[in-house]
Amino acid sequence: MITIKNVNKSFGAHQVLTDVSLEVPKSNVIALIGPSGAGKSTLIRTLNALEPIDNGEIIVDGVSIHGKKTDINKARINIGFVFQNFNLYPFLTALQNVTMAPLKVKGMSKEAAEKRGKELLISLGLGDKFDAYPGRLSGGQQQRVAIARSLAMDPQVMLFDEPTSALDPEMVTEVLDAIRKLAHDGMTMVVVTHEMGFAKEICDEIVFMADGKIVEKAPPSKFFTNPDSERAKNFLSKVLNH
Amino acid sequence: MGYQYDWSVISRNMDVFIEGALKTLEISALALLIGIPIGIIIGMGRVSRNKVIRLLSSIYVEVMRGVPLLVLLIWIFFVLGQFLKLGAYWGAILGLAIFTGAFIAEIVRSGIQGVPKGQMEAARSSGMSYTQAMRYIILPQAFRRVLPPLASQFIILIKDSSLVSVISATDLTLNAKNLVATSFRSLEVWTFVALVYFIMTFSLSLIIRYFEKRLLSREV
Ligand SMILES: Nc1ncnc2c1ncn2[C@@H]1O[C@H](COP(=O)(O)OP(=O)(O)OP(=O)(O)O)[C@@H](O)[C@H]1O
Ligand SMILES: [Mg+2]
Repeated sequence: MITIKNVNKSFGAHQVLTDVSLEVPKSNVIALIGPSGAGKSTLIRTLNALEPIDNGEIIVDGVSIHGKKTDINKARINIGFVFQNFNLYPFLTALQNVTMAPLKVKGMSKEAAEKRGKELLISLGLGDKFDAYPGRLSGGQQQRVAIARSLAMDPQVMLFDEPTSALDPEMVTEVLDAIRKLAHDGMTMVVVTHEMGFAKEICDEIVFMADGKIVEKAPPSKFFTNPDSERAKNFLSKVLNH
Repeated sequence: MGYQYDWSVISRNMDVFIEGALKTLEISALALLIGIPIGIIIGMGRVSRNKVIRLLSSIYVEVMRGVPLLVLLIWIFFVLGQFLKLGAYWGAILGLAIFTGAFIAEIVRSGIQGVPKGQMEAARSSGMSYTQAMRYIILPQAFRRVLPPLASQFIILIKDSSLVSVISATDLTLNAKNLVATSFRSLEVWTFVALVYFIMTFSLSLIIRYFEKRLLSREV
């Protein structure tokens, strides 16, 4: 579903991604982990072209995302993106946040968009929050609205960049539950996360990055018990020992 | 011997002041109405991804900020105005609109840039084009930010509009000038004129504050 081929990317003189290649089969869930500054956010943001690349190729559901002839707006319909700090539209209600793109991008009718939007919000436990503005919602609720907003476009792929990092601990679970549910429904996902327990439980594969490179890629059973690389061992000893 | 005040000149000529004040409001409001679209276009040009558009918009803003309004009005009236057969009234409105448009452009630019970057990213991620994201997500938020400075700009515009009397457009200032010329009561007339300008700008402040509150209270 996602193919990343020899991608390089620099910010000025600073090379942030070095020859990154990765294959994500349909319905797989990949956790992208690694130390701060490894390039995880940069990589996941190249997958929907929020970040341009210097060279290489990224193909999502058959579309070359950075191709010159690609209609990126059309390609992005297929790729949901959830941000660390939600980025909900503060002047719109939860339901309006969810229906905006279906209305304006897909040209859906108001009835159809609202029906689907309400279904999504209900399925994410937000049935009583249709008319609430983001400012009135907790972090966990806001992030679930953001997930509903992405799902409203019926994407084939969902990307999450540290979806729970801005949340108070007691709200992490509700967001992880929502992502877990998507995994069970067969959504193809890439999740940048520091939640190792979650990564272990739901991910098909752990991709460990450091210094702009993919250092190791392994199923969680192997990665968390017996990683190949020293860097991964070091990283795990740091994050698992507290 | 000191100056003998005679305030009766005010009450005797109230109709002249009222007519002038209404003209001033009319000219300023029309100039604002034309200035706002100019400001939105130039302001969006200032943050455009296209270098040439950015440059042209910057030139517009810098030139307008550098030229004294008085000179601009004279140019427009005597050069452009003769050519387009504008007349004093529309010459005044057009001059003020072009001038105030540059300041509105700066207000719009900072309003757009004040919207967090994540808003554009979220909108684009959902498949919106740059234009759609601007129109449905960024500008509505920028709009809320620009209201207070835009209101100040309108107030400045009302005062700036007193300069249109140099091209003989009828307004409060021109009426006052004429009245001074016939009554020789310059101190009384100009003091009262200042009061009228103040009443206009201050009541406007109050009205704008009221609408601002109502608008802001909607999204909490
Ligand atoms: N817009 C930018 N301009 C310049 N440098 C950037 C930019 N964005 C990221 N970087 C740099 O690129 C490197 C990788 O950043 P990135 O945000 O991808 O790391 P990360 O793995 O997501 O880290 P974290 O876990 O802290 O979120 C860092 O050194 C960062 O300083
Ligand atoms: Mg990051």
